[in-house]
Amino acid sequence: MRNFKQLALGTAVAAGVGLTGILSTAAQAQDTNYVPLLTYRTGPYAGSGIPIANGMHDYLAMLNERDGGVGGVKIAIEECETGYNAQKGVECYEATKGKGALVYNPYSTGITLQLIPKAGVDKIPVLSMGYGLSAAAVGETFPWIFNVPDTYWDGASVIIKYIGEQEGGLENLKGKKIGYIFLDAGYGREPIPLLEKLAEKYGFELMQYPVPGAEMQNQSSQWLNVRRDRPDYMVMWGWGAMSPTAIKEAVKIRYPMDKFIGVWWSAGDDDAAAGGEGAKGYKALNFSGVGGDFPALNDIRKHVIETGNSSTDAASVGSTLYNRGVLNSVIIAEAIRTAQEKTGKKVITGEDMRIGLEALNLDEARLEELGLKGFAHPMKVTCEDHGGSNPVFVQEWDGKQWRQASDWIEPMTDEVRPLLEAAAKDYAEKNAPWPKRTEPCPD
Amino acid sequence: MLYDIFIDPFVQMYDMPDFFLQVLWEGFVAGILYALIALGFVLIFKASGVFNFAQGIMVVFAGLTLVGLNENGVPAYLALILTIGVMGVLAYGVERVVMRPLVNQPEIILLMATIGLTYFLIGFGEFVFGGEPKQMITEQLGLPTGSTAFEIGDRGLIILQHIDIAAAVIAILMVAALGIFFNKTRIGRALRAVADDHQAALSVGISLNQIWAIVWFAAGLVALATGIMWGARSDVSFALEIVAFKALPVLILGGFTSIPGAIVGGLIIGFGEKIGELYWGGLVGGGIESWLAYIIALIFLLFRPQGLFGERIIERI
Repeated sequence: MRNFKQLALGTAVAAGVGLTGILSTAAQAQDTNYVPLLTYRTGPYAGSGIPIANGMHDYLAMLNERDGGVGGVKIAIEECETGYNAQKGVECYEATKGKGALVYNPYSTGITLQLIPKAGVDKIPVLSMGYGLSAAAVGETFPWIFNVPDTYWDGASVIIKYIGEQEGGLENLKGKKIGYIFLDAGYGREPIPLLEKLAEKYGFELMQYPVPGAEMQNQSSQWLNVRRDRPDYMVMWGWGAMSPTAIKEAVKIRYPMDKFIGVWWSAGDDDAAAGGEGAKGYKALNFSGVGGDFPALNDIRKHVIETGNSSTDAASVGSTLYNRGVLNSVIIAEAIRTAQEKTGKKVITGEDMRIGLEALNLDEARLEELGLKGFAHPMKVTCEDHGGSNPVFVQEWDGKQWRQASDWIEPMTDEVRPLLEAAAKDYAEKNAPWPKRTEPCPD
Repeated sequence: MLYDIFIDPFVQMYDMPDFFLQVLWEGFVAGILYALIALGFVLIFKASGVFNFAQGIMVVFAGLTLVGLNENGVPAYLALILTIGVMGVLAYGVERVVMRPLVNQPEIILLMATIGLTYFLIGFGEFVFGGEPKQMITEQLGLPTGSTAFEIGDRGLIILQHIDIAAAVIAILMVAALGIFFNKTRIGRALRAVADDHQAALSVGISLNQIWAIVWFAAGLVALATGIMWGARSDVSFALEIVAFKALPVLILGGFTSIPGAIVGGLIIGFGEKIGELYWGGLVGGGIESWLAYIIALIFLLFRPQGLFGERIIERI
């Protein structure tokens, strides 16, 4: 009898929760644009995940406070904790997609790969900003996936181009050894095909040093191998606890830091600071602003942080990964605004959002209008190109903070684009029957 | 192929003796750190027969408490003392809330309880300290930083990190202290009695609850030392919990009940995985050390199923 009562009570509570969920969904559908954020503030990758989550949240929250949202419609923000785990990421997706989600930002290549086949079916685009499947830049094959402003292959090509510049020309890479240390997961393995192709073309030797996820904080073997192999340059695709540990280990074996270059995700302030004085000279790619001196960031401080509506420590506004999160939300907000203009609707759907993303044009004038002049390179998405292959720059750690160390560098588009198209074709064949694009290009 | 497996690695060792010595040193340091983690598991297993799944998170929790207190303005040494106090409170709490109600329950229940404790400490730690990695307060604690390089021959170089030397010294001191504690003190002998037979120990007036609290506290201290040393090598983050499970092959090898076993097992695994990775790993693309440790442990098990120093249990039917 007691069990029966508990069961009845449990059922009533569950029904109540379910009903509340339905009601809140209905409410969201009526007067807000719902943006779920797949974030990770816990677990081994939280060190990288927290500043990005804060940046994403704070910019959208600032728009709600300052402007009443986008186009007069507030953005309903809901975070779902993935722990950088693909299974949990898919659970978050399934749990939130029915609430009218406009777009997903998985912040994990593993989760992105899981969501790619679902996006077209559920009609909700995926924005994997500077990560995920590089081939997804081919809009003809992947109309629902966007990886603007750059793919990993763009990033890898910029690093090789930059190294070539240091050596006096790409032709001088012949006979050089370039080491590649990477998180042994979908993320870290993604640029290998391009690096191998470039190694073949320019005659350098690519030496690979995989770091298993469980060994992120135990990399002495990888760096002993580096010490023995003596690569001329080291390239890193690290994330979470891997990046600071790698920088510490590089310092430990006295690897010349000015020849150690990380991708834009290995560019956290905490990553570099872990190496102390010895980390001076460490370099990383970047495509979002350096520092906190931008009017939009001041608005975040004023409307969100100082009012206690954020979990961000004021000092971390302007850090590389925080700014990266902000840029991600700038793209979301601008895509919503574009979608509203294109469809004439204020409250939009995932399908409308796809149109907004595909017609995104974040030019210099618009960046200035947003209070983000110089925060990012202008970017434009087209039907054909969802990545954009936009220029990125190299930043250098001076022992206390990052400083821009190069001009904007164009990726090797002529090398990358044919490979992206071949990879997209290959993906479609391996996942046959992959649907043919039926979505029209926005006007 | 045969040359690559059987000849080339030894040629490399001969050609680059400085590098070989560096590999041995790194293996030694890794082994010492694995041994420290394994020691925490052994202490609790000896006293209660429980595989403490929470040992890894205790390492993180202790490290985070120390750094977190210091970040909040508590001087380093006071933070260290307070952290020891926190680990004492944790030990008392675990004994009262987790262990005592589960006396005489099957071992699998106790294992499940430690898994529950793990998730509690993860959530509690993240709630109190946040999920961001923190820098270990190495210098404030007076631990050495920097490195010393020894030149060998024309190009040879061995680099010894001062923190690694300190880790080795502290680990040796901790093992010695635990050895004296277990063998020369009344409580230590009582603990060994509990480890041998709970009921017999109870019948001669040994308080099981007191022993469990003490042993969890000792495991907490070992966790704190491990957290400081490993945190100084990378940083203090929840990813350290995963590293703690590097102690599993050490336990398989050394036996779950032997302190010398933890030390010798740690060193064998440490040397084995570094030498294996550096000289044979390249044959299969590298990254073999995460599973090589288990292969080494399993090979030893073929010859000594109870581990190197584990107690041989013979059950007569």
